[in-house]
Amino acid sequence: MCTYTTERVDLSGSAKGPNGWFTATTASVYYDHPVHAPAGHTLNIDVLAPKLGPSARVALELSADSARALASAIVAALGAVPSDLLE
Amino acid sequence: MLGDLTAQTLEIGSGDSDRIEAYAASPGGEQSRGGVVVIHHMPGYDRGSKEMTRRLADLGYDAVCPNLYSRQAPGAEPDDASAAVRAQGGITDQQLVDDVAGAAAYLRSLPHSNGKVGVIGHCSGGRQSVLAACRIDLDAAVDCYGAYVTGQVPPDWPLKVGPLYDDLPNLSCPLLGLFGDDDSHPSPDQVQELAELLERHTKDFDYTSYAGAGHGFFAVDRPSYRVDAAVEGWRRIEAFYGRHLRGA
Repeated sequence: MCTYTTERVDLSGSAKGPNGWFTATTASVYYDHPVHAPAGHTLNIDVLAPKLGPSARVALELSADSARALASAIVAALGAVPSDLLE
Repeated sequence: MLGDLTAQTLEIGSGDSDRIEAYAASPGGEQSRGGVVVIHHMPGYDRGSKEMTRRLADLGYDAVCPNLYSRQAPGAEPDDASAAVRAQGGITDQQLVDDVAGAAAYLRSLPHSNGKVGVIGHCSGGRQSVLAACRIDLDAAVDCYGAYVTGQVPPDWPLKVGPLYDDLPNLSCPLLGLFGDDDSHPSPDQVQELAELLERHTKDFDYTSYAGAGHGFFAVDRPSYRVDAAVEGWRRIEAFYGRHLRGA
């Protein structure tokens, strides 16, 4: 089904979309039908810059397992950074 | 000739003064015919929704699919538009009703229209098909596995969609429901509840729930596709619209 449920998070950083790099300001995270991935549902991440329009978007459609692995990798990568380097 | 049709992108009216994008398809020939509004699913005004619009034209109906995201993301790719709309919290029920009403008015304005208009939607569009049929005068509505026509929406969901208990007494036309036994949204119990409610309201509800099929069994490009249910479902749609949308 269309799950509707969406987690939103404010971002500070950049992303590279179809028109090059842009300043990303928000992300939507949700588990719903994919557009491209061959699955009924995927964990989808849209990195967005709403002020630049709908096309300022980097999209991911991941299986639940790979999404969890990605989330763990992000946490692990940050955990390995010396605290004085974290901005 | 059988299969001749024309299809195009155009603008239709919605509400008091809005103009929105829509994809329209019409069969060839001069015969009087009904029309069908195709409500695209939450992932957007995409290729699959446009294919369905052309299929309905192939069946002999004028068909139109309004781009429900025209206001929020004009000109955007369907997947980008869907993401933008989701990030904004979705569209309101009133906007949906306005867009379907505008699409129905467009269909009735066509030169070969017999004045009869149906509606069809899948998934989120299934609920919206029922909603439209409760708020607008239509002639036939098809709900393909729409969740939360009945049942309770989890309280922590961000989008303001809700079940249609208060609307169901106002259902304006016969309703065809096509569901899967293995679906949980709507569940077989929710489908049964819908059937009981519509019987209580003395509404015409023809429905089937297919064994071995779950949510999205019509979607040919997803693993949920079930050929037997989809082929039989299309046969029922064709017969249902034939009963309610044909004639002078």
